[in-house]
Amino acid sequence: MCSNCLSENFIVLENFINDLPSKEGALIEVLHKAQGLFGYLPQEVQAFVAEKLNIPVSKVYGVVTFYSYFTIKPRGEYVINVCMGTACFVRGSGDVLDEFQKKLKVKNGETTDNGRFTLGSLRCVGACGLAPVVTVNDKVYGHVTVDQVDKILADYAE
Amino acid sequence: MNKINTFNELKEIQNRYNTLLGMRKINEELEKTSEGNRCSRYLSICGGTGCKSAQSDEILANLQKEIAANGLTDEVTAAITGCFGFCEKGPIVKVSPDNVFYVNVKPSDAEEIVKEHLLKGNVIERLLFEEPSSKIKVKKQEDMPFYKKQVRIALRNCGLINPEDIKEYIAEDGYLALGSVITEMSQDDIIKLMIDSGLRGRGGGGFPTGKKWAFAKMYNADQKYIICNADEGDPGAFMDRSILEGDPHSVLEAMAIAGYSIGASIGCIYIRAEYPLAISRLRTAIGQARECGLLGKNILGTDFSFDIEIKYGAGAFVCGEETALIQSIEGERGEPTNKPPFPAQSGLWNKPTCVNNVETLANIPAIINKGAAWYSSIGTATSKGTKVFALAGKINNVGLVEVPMGTTLREIIFDIGGGIKNGREFKAVQTGGPSGGCITAEFLDTPIDYESLSAIGSMMGSGGMIVMDEDNCMIDIAKFYLEFTVEESCGKCSPCRIGNKRLLEMLDKISKGNGTKEDLHKLKSLGNTIKDTSLCGLGQTAPNPVLSTIKYFLNEYEAHIYDKTCPAGVCKNLLRYNITDKCIGCTKCARQCPVNCISGKVKTLHVIDQDKCIKCGACQTACPVNAIVKK
Repeated sequence: MCSNCLSENFIVLENFINDLPSKEGALIEVLHKAQGLFGYLPQEVQAFVAEKLNIPVSKVYGVVTFYSYFTIKPRGEYVINVCMGTACFVRGSGDVLDEFQKKLKVKNGETTDNGRFTLGSLRCVGACGLAPVVTVNDKVYGHVTVDQVDKILADYAE
Repeated sequence: MNKINTFNELKEIQNRYNTLLGMRKINEELEKTSEGNRCSRYLSICGGTGCKSAQSDEILANLQKEIAANGLTDEVTAAITGCFGFCEKGPIVKVSPDNVFYVNVKPSDAEEIVKEHLLKGNVIERLLFEEPSSKIKVKKQEDMPFYKKQVRIALRNCGLINPEDIKEYIAEDGYLALGSVITEMSQDDIIKLMIDSGLRGRGGGGFPTGKKWAFAKMYNADQKYIICNADEGDPGAFMDRSILEGDPHSVLEAMAIAGYSIGASIGCIYIRAEYPLAISRLRTAIGQARECGLLGKNILGTDFSFDIEIKYGAGAFVCGEETALIQSIEGERGEPTNKPPFPAQSGLWNKPTCVNNVETLANIPAIINKGAAWYSSIGTATSKGTKVFALAGKINNVGLVEVPMGTTLREIIFDIGGGIKNGREFKAVQTGGPSGGCITAEFLDTPIDYESLSAIGSMMGSGGMIVMDEDNCMIDIAKFYLEFTVEESCGKCSPCRIGNKRLLEMLDKISKGNGTKEDLHKLKSLGNTIKDTSLCGLGQTAPNPVLSTIKYFLNEYEAHIYDKTCPAGVCKNLLRYNITDKCIGCTKCARQCPVNCISGKVKTLHVIDQDKCIKCGACQTACPVNAIVKK
């Protein structure tokens, strides 16, 4: 990220915090906003939020690490999520996840060295009729089998 | 829309809009006259998450393009609606008033639907649902086995109205219940009506809703809160999301009614950030309701004021527990607190708070409009009304079903669900998600209600219903649920934090063939201890999947422990690769094997040395004649 847009993001975040009707109980809302702006929540963002909300940074860190939606590591250009909800699991999404791990040579939750893909799992997209489901950013792939993993990755090849 | 100032004005408007949905109602006369003629039609396209994932937006866009191109703009309307429930066959397009239900529609089908059906009146056979057993094509929704046994109360408007248009909700008696409550009923009247209806919490607990309201009303405070729990965390359950996406106003209306009953003026919807579509529909709905004066100050010209805000969750299953949820709204880690004090006494910001689940709320306007006696006439002695289940897993008709309490599991799985996929054998059904248990074939005729499901070691839960066949290993399933609860445990109390981790380790050991007889005993005693000593509902129910599988599938545990085999062929470490007589002795497998454990001469049967085999499966991939089997 360029240093200019970085500082711009901080200004947007500061304005957002200043416009809040009440700072009490607003931490999670602010973190949602911050992650939307920065893509993840690095230490400097957490410290910034703590200062602006006038709470200890340890509390911010505690909340960030409690909720799985927040991430403190940058994510790849394409985030691949394999649905591990029960409906997808009983229809074999575990094998699909294994195949992605094998093909991308990363573990669940990691990002490839070139920063292109982050592999993750999520719990239920709610498209159980399409199980097993894989999402790549906003695109949803349904009825995914182990054989289709290569094809999906090819859609996002450089 | 303009502000509605009185209840009478609302009733007038409702009367005026009454015809708005006329074309979508089942009307035999209209059906007959419309067939084969060029006339007005309404196309409902499913706009739920499942169908949207399968391109229903493109279908709508293509339909609208074709309608315009063929000069039908004046006669034909195409719009989205909420989830029809039949997700297995999505995306769904329903044509009214001739009442034709198209399934598995693709964006490329739009042209044919317009040219053949709308212009010429020919129903497109290939897009109709085909009854799997008889191979007969079914045209009408109500003739499908999937819908026949359903009674839709909470889902009454899903698949009917456009969720983004408040007019359509009002046309379907929307906000009339709120109007009559705040102008004609006292707080005690409405609480009594809720108690008489027998409605119980649909989030899983099953606590009578009327009693919950009565407690919250009892405490005096300058501010009280209504919270709608939309933190649907059970993986594989999507009832609440579908209601919020398909009929958001019913939830808003019910929250205002609850607010009036207990004396609260602020409502808060706590919703998962992972539900972007539901969030956007809620935002639209709240905006429209405020504009109409159905939320905000002095609703319908009365002294009652009520407004609703949305708070986002951030991915924590434990936040479905009401005290953890309240912590999370306050911006804290979502850790449960001790009860008492219950939220009804000291909840959000230490004020009396009433937390109700989405599905519970969606029932309320219908109960008020039709009366407590009507509602309590549906269901069993202890559980009234209907329950929505998200039916998924190894079943033919995956989808959302709403059935009266007292319907048997067999009816849901075999009549509505259409039986097991690919003609396999039914093994178990899991209800209640990570807190519930597995139910076996011998209990399929149990009529479903809160008590009967608890009696057989499972629970109603929020409504996830996952069907499993003979290819699912029950140890693997128990492990799956426990991995989930271990990951989601907040870590506050030690029985849950440490105990469940130990349970998972033992299950893992068993699934790898290293389990002992003592492990089985320890699983049971530790499981029961965790249930007895955990702080909140998450820990108290986490061992259920383990205990219920031990109870009903002991033979499977024993096979893993004593025989070191996995009868379902799932647990990788217990699988063996064997070469069958089909082997032509080509030596390809032996050359591929990374640990050189395959021996045999050219053109003779090869053999795998099981002690050396690392179960990589390379031999199976290499074999040109499929002679290598995994068992």
